[in-house]
Amino acid sequence: MDRIKKFIADIGWPRAIIALFLLSLFVLAPFVNVRIDSSISDTLVRFGMNGILVLAMVPMVQSGCGLNFGLPLGIIAGLLGATISLELNALGFLGFFTAIAISIPFAVVFGFGYGQLLNRVKGGEMMIATYVGFSSVAFMCIMWLLLPFRNPTMVWGYAGKGLRTTISVQEYWGGVLNNFLSLRVGEFFFVPTGTILFFALMCLLLWMFFHTKTGSAMSAVGANPEFARAAGIHIDKMRTLSVILSTLLGAIGIIVYEQSFGFIQLYMGPFYMAFPSVAAILLGGASINRASLTHVIIGTFLFQGILTMTPSVINSMLQTDMSEVIRIIVSNGMILYALTRGVRVKSR
Amino acid sequence: MKKREAAFNLKRFLMANIVPIIFILLSIFAIPISQFSASYLIQEMLIRLARNSFLVLSLLIPIIAGMGLNFGMVLGAMAGQIGLILVSDWKVIGLPGMALAAIISTPLAIALGWMCGAILNKAKGREMVTSYILGFFVNGLYQLVVLYLFGYLVPIRSPELVLSRGYGIRNAVNLLGIRNCLDYCIPLTIHGIKIPLGTFIVIAVFSFFIIWFRRTKLGQDMRAVGQDMEVARSAGIPVERTRLISILISTVLAAYGQIIFLQNIGTLNTYNSHEQAGMFAIAALLVGGASVAKATLPNVFVGVILFHLMFVVSPMAGKYLIGQAQLGEYFRVFVSYGVVAVALVIYEWRRARERAYARRMFRGEA
Amino acid sequence: MSSTLLRMEGITKSFFENTVLRNVNLTLERGEILGLVGENGAGKSTLMNILFGLPVIFETGGFEGKIYLEGQEVCFTSPLQALDAGIGMVHQEFSLIPGFTAVENIVLNRESTLYNFLVEIFGERLATLDYPKMKDRAIRAIKRLEVSIDPEMIISEMPVGHKQFTEIAREIEKENTRLLVLDEPTAVLTESEAEILLEAVKRLASQGIGIIFISHRLQEVLEVSNRIVVLRDGEITLEKKASETNIREIASAMVGRRIEGLTTRAAQERVFSTPTMTIEHLWVDMPGETVRDVNLTIYKGEILGIGGLAGQGKLGIANGIMGLYPAGGKVTFEGQPLPLNDPTIPLKKGIGFVSEDRRGVGLILDEGIALNIAFTAMQIHELYIKKFLGGVVKWRDDRAIMKAAREYINMLAIKCLHENQKVRELSGGNQQKVCLARAFALNPKLLFVSEPTRGIDVGAKSLVLDMIYKRNREQGTTIVVTSSELEEMRAICDRIAIVHEGKIAGILPASTDSSEFGLLLMGAKPTVEEGVISVG
Repeated sequence: MDRIKKFIADIGWPRAIIALFLLSLFVLAPFVNVRIDSSISDTLVRFGMNGILVLAMVPMVQSGCGLNFGLPLGIIAGLLGATISLELNALGFLGFFTAIAISIPFAVVFGFGYGQLLNRVKGGEMMIATYVGFSSVAFMCIMWLLLPFRNPTMVWGYAGKGLRTTISVQEYWGGVLNNFLSLRVGEFFFVPTGTILFFALMCLLLWMFFHTKTGSAMSAVGANPEFARAAGIHIDKMRTLSVILSTLLGAIGIIVYEQSFGFIQLYMGPFYMAFPSVAAILLGGASINRASLTHVIIGTFLFQGILTMTPSVINSMLQTDMSEVIRIIVSNGMILYALTRGVRVKSR
Repeated sequence: MKKREAAFNLKRFLMANIVPIIFILLSIFAIPISQFSASYLIQEMLIRLARNSFLVLSLLIPIIAGMGLNFGMVLGAMAGQIGLILVSDWKVIGLPGMALAAIISTPLAIALGWMCGAILNKAKGREMVTSYILGFFVNGLYQLVVLYLFGYLVPIRSPELVLSRGYGIRNAVNLLGIRNCLDYCIPLTIHGIKIPLGTFIVIAVFSFFIIWFRRTKLGQDMRAVGQDMEVARSAGIPVERTRLISILISTVLAAYGQIIFLQNIGTLNTYNSHEQAGMFAIAALLVGGASVAKATLPNVFVGVILFHLMFVVSPMAGKYLIGQAQLGEYFRVFVSYGVVAVALVIYEWRRARERAYARRMFRGEA
Repeated sequence: MSSTLLRMEGITKSFFENTVLRNVNLTLERGEILGLVGENGAGKSTLMNILFGLPVIFETGGFEGKIYLEGQEVCFTSPLQALDAGIGMVHQEFSLIPGFTAVENIVLNRESTLYNFLVEIFGERLATLDYPKMKDRAIRAIKRLEVSIDPEMIISEMPVGHKQFTEIAREIEKENTRLLVLDEPTAVLTESEAEILLEAVKRLASQGIGIIFISHRLQEVLEVSNRIVVLRDGEITLEKKASETNIREIASAMVGRRIEGLTTRAAQERVFSTPTMTIEHLWVDMPGETVRDVNLTIYKGEILGIGGLAGQGKLGIANGIMGLYPAGGKVTFEGQPLPLNDPTIPLKKGIGFVSEDRRGVGLILDEGIALNIAFTAMQIHELYIKKFLGGVVKWRDDRAIMKAAREYINMLAIKCLHENQKVRELSGGNQQKVCLARAFALNPKLLFVSEPTRGIDVGAKSLVLDMIYKRNREQGTTIVVTSSELEEMRAICDRIAIVHEGKIAGILPASTDSSEFGLLLMGAKPTVEEGVISVG
C-alpha cells in the first residue's frame, strides 16, 4: 500500500487519475460497441499530428522561460509557410517541404523578437507569452485580410481577396506524411507511419541538440541560471536561442498538423492552440522548469488518447457529448496543478 | 535646474499615461471616419459606462493587495449567471428578480472566491497566470453544471430555457424580465439621450465604498501586504487571509457586476458571456491607464469610455477606410489583447528596473 | 521589584551535532545599554533568535536554559509573542513598507481606528483609520528620539538614516516596549547619521528602556554601552564595564577560535616576488558585500587568505573579479589588463572560482556529479567534446566526462553511489568537493575559493583544506582563499588580508598573533599605541 502511495506521489495524483481514466476507457470500449482498433488508430493519428507542437514546449521550459504559451507565434510562422507554399502551387512532398522551408525564416525572426522581449520580463514570462500569442493571432487576422494572396482556392470567391477561414490542402500536400509508408490493417486500423517517423526524427534532432555543448548550456541555464552565468554562459543568448527553437518547432508542428488534418485554419484558429500542448506535456510529467522527450511522448499519447476515447466511449454510454467539457477540465486542471506545484529554482 | 525638472515631469506624465493618450489619439483619428453622430456616441458611451463599470470596479481590490489583475473574476461572473438562469426560470422579474439573482449568486461567489484565493496563495508570484488558467478550469466545471446537470439534477421548469434533449441550458437565455430594470428605474432623458440613472447610482455608491474601504484597517492591511508580504507578516498581519479576502470580495463584486451587465444587455449568452466579461474588463482598466500594481477610480471610468469608444467606432472606421468592417472587428480584438500584453510588459520591465535601482541604492556611496 | 529587566540563564543550543551556545548567562538592567560583540558565527544571532522565539529554534529541537523577563519566566514560541511582551527588534535590513509614509509604518498593524456599524457584522478590520490620531502617535514617538523625520514622507524617498530612525520609532511607539535589540543599526549609516543614532539610543536608555546593542564597530560599542559582553564559539569570553576595557582587549577576546581536527603544519615562511594579479581601486556592487576601494597584489605560487567580518566586502572581491557582479577598477592578470563584468573572460584566461554560495551558484543540484564536475571545463576549454562536421557539431562526450569524474571522485574521496548520482543527495562536504573538482578540472593558474568550509562537518573541513593546500604545493596553483574562519586560513595561507568596510585594512603574514588580526577585523590599525587607535 505504501509503495502504491509513493508511486502515486512520485508521478502526481492528477497524472495517475488521468492514466487510470484512459485505461478504464479502453477497457470499457468493447462493452459499448466502440472498436478498440479504430480507437488506437485514431489515437496514433492524433499523436503524430500533435506531437511536434508539444515538442515545441521543451526548449523554452529547459532554458527556464516557462511553458510556451506563446506557441501561436510559431504557429503563425507555420501558417505563413503553408499559405505561401499554396500560393506557389507547390505539390506533394515538395510542397510540404517548401512550406517548412518558407516558415523557417519567419519563425527565426519572430522567435528572435519574442526572445528579446521575454529576456526583459524575466519572472513574468508565462502571462506575457499568453498575451503575445493572443495579440499576434489577432494581428494576423488583419494581415490575412490584407496580404496579397491570389490563389483562388485560398481567397474568398466573392471579394477576390482576403484569405478564407479554412483552406483545404488536400490537393496540395494533404496527407503526404500520413500516407508515406502507411500501414493499413483491415477496415479500421491505420498507422500514419510517415507522420510518426517525422515526429521521431524531430525528437531525435532535439535529443541530439541537447547533447551538444550549446544544448548542455541551455539546460544549465534553466536548471540554475546563476550556475550557468558563473560558468561563463550568456544567459540571455541561450534563452533567445531556446525561444527561436520553440518557435521553429511550433511552425513545423502546425504544418505537420495541417497535412494530417487536411486543412489550414486561419484567423482565430491558432488562438487556443497553446493550451492543449501545454497540458499534454504537463500530463506527461513535466514541470514548469523541467521537461524531457519522455514527457512529450507520454503526455501527447495520454492527452490525445483521452481526446479520442472520451467522445466515442462516453457518448455511447451516456448518449451525450461531454468530450469538450472533459477536455477543458482535464487540460486546464493539469496546468493549474503544475502552476501551484512548480517550485521556482531560485538561488539566494 | 527647475526647468529640467519640469521637462522631466512632463515626460514622466506622458510615459505614465502613454496608453490612454494613444487611445485618445486613435479615437480622434477614427471618430470622424466612422461618421457616427455625436448624440449616438454619447448615448452609446452612457450605456456602456452603466453596463461595464461595475465589473471593472471589481478588479480594484486585488490590485491593492498586490495580486495583480484578477483574471479569476470570471468565476464571479459565472456565479452571477447561475443566479440569473435560476431567476429567469422562476420567472421573478424586475428589481426583485435582480436582487434574488444577486442573493443566489453570493454564496456561490463566496465559495468560488475562497477557492480562488486559496489556490492563489499557493502560487505566489504567479497569481495572474494561475488565476487566468483557473478561469478556464472553472469554466469547464460551469459547463458541466449548466450543460448537463441543469434540468437533470437541478429542476428547470421553463421549457424555453432547456435544450430540446431535456436537460442543459440553451445557448441564449432571454432576460426580458429584468432587462434594463435597474438602468431606467428612474427615468431621465436629456436632449433625447436616455440616462441609465439607476445603474449610475449603484456605481456611484460602490465607488464611495471603494474610497471608504481604502481607509479601513483591512484596506490598509491589503496595501501593506501588496507592497511587502514579508514585512507585513512580521508586523503580525495575517497575509494569506488578507489576500484571500481581497480575492473573495472581488469575486462577489464580479458576480454583481455581471448581473448588472446582463440586465443591461438583456440576453445571457450562456457559454460565452463570462469569458468576455473578464477580458474586456481587464482591457478597459488598462486602457484607462492603470497598471498591474496601481489602479484608481478615474482609471476605471476613463478606461471604460476610451475602450468602448474604440470598440464602437473601429468596425465602421474600418469599413469606410478600407471597405471591410471585418477589418475593424479584428482590429479591436487585436487592441484588446495587445493593450494587456503591453501593460504586462511595461509592468515587468519597470519591476526589473526598480530592482536594479534598489540594489544600487543599497550599495550606498562607493 | 528589582531593576533586572532580562535574565538569560544557562542558555545552551545545538544545531544537530553542532553546539553553537554553551551555558550562556546574560543579564540586562532597566535603562542599561549592553554591547554584544562577537565574530560571525560566535552565537550572537542564535542567542537573539532564542530570545525572540524564532520558529527555526524550535524546528531544530529547542534550547536548554531559562529566560526571565522582569523576574517572570518566559518562553516565546513566535516572534509575535515576544513583540507582545514588549521586546522590540531593529534589524540590519529594513523591515518597512516602502510605499507607506513614516506615520503608516510606525503604527503598522497597530493603527488607531474609528468605530462604525459594519464592525459589528464583519469584525474589527472594517473599522476606518483615524489618521490624525495615528499621526499624533507617530510624532510623539519621533520626538522621543529627538530626531527630525518628516512623518508624511514616503519611506522609499527617505535617506537610509531616516529609515533606520523610522524603524526604531516604530518599536518604541509600542506602549509596552521595555527591551530593544538593535542589530548593527549603524552598518548602513553615514558617520553623522550614526552619531545622531547613538545619541538617540542613549536617550531611550535614560527613559528606562533596556537596550542590547550589537555592532562590529567597536569604537561605537565602547562609546554607547554601559557594559560589554563578548561571545566566542558560543561562550562568553569577556564581560566588563565599558569604562574598564579597551578595543585591544575586546578584539583579542573575540578572535582565536578553536578548530578541531585541523592538520597542523610547521610554520613555513615562503617568499614570493612575481606578482600574478594586481588589483587597483576595485569596487564591486555585490548586495550585502560591497567592495569600495581594494588594492591588492597576488603573488605567483602563494596561498593568500582574505578575511573580514560578514558584510564588510571580502566576498565581493572574488565575485567582482569573476564578473558575477557589476564591478569597476583596474585588474591586471599576468601582465595584461583583465576586463571586468564578463564571466567568460577570467575563466578563459585560467582563473577558477569556487563560490561561497555552493547550492545557489556552485552546483546544479538536480544534475549528476559527473556533469557538475565537467560542465565549466566543457563550456570554457571545450574539453570532453567531440567535434563532427568540421567543428560545426560539438558533441558532448559522456564517456570522457564519466572517466574524468571517476578520477576526481577518487582523488578527492567524494562519497557517492556512482558518478551520475544527483548532487542534491550528497552531504555538504561532498558537494563542496564536487565544486572543488570542477574548479580543478579547469586547470586554473589562479584559483579563488570562497568560504570553502562553510556549513560542512569537521572531518570534511580538514579534508577540503588539505585538498587546497596540496593543490598549491603539488601543482603550484596560486590560490586565494576567502573565509570567515581566521584560524583555518592561518593553517594553510602564507599571507592574510583583512577587509573592513570595503577596503583592505591590512595584510599580515599568517603566523602573526591572532589578536593583531582581531584589531584589523574591527577596523582598528594594529600595533599602534593605545588611545590613538584610528577607526577605519
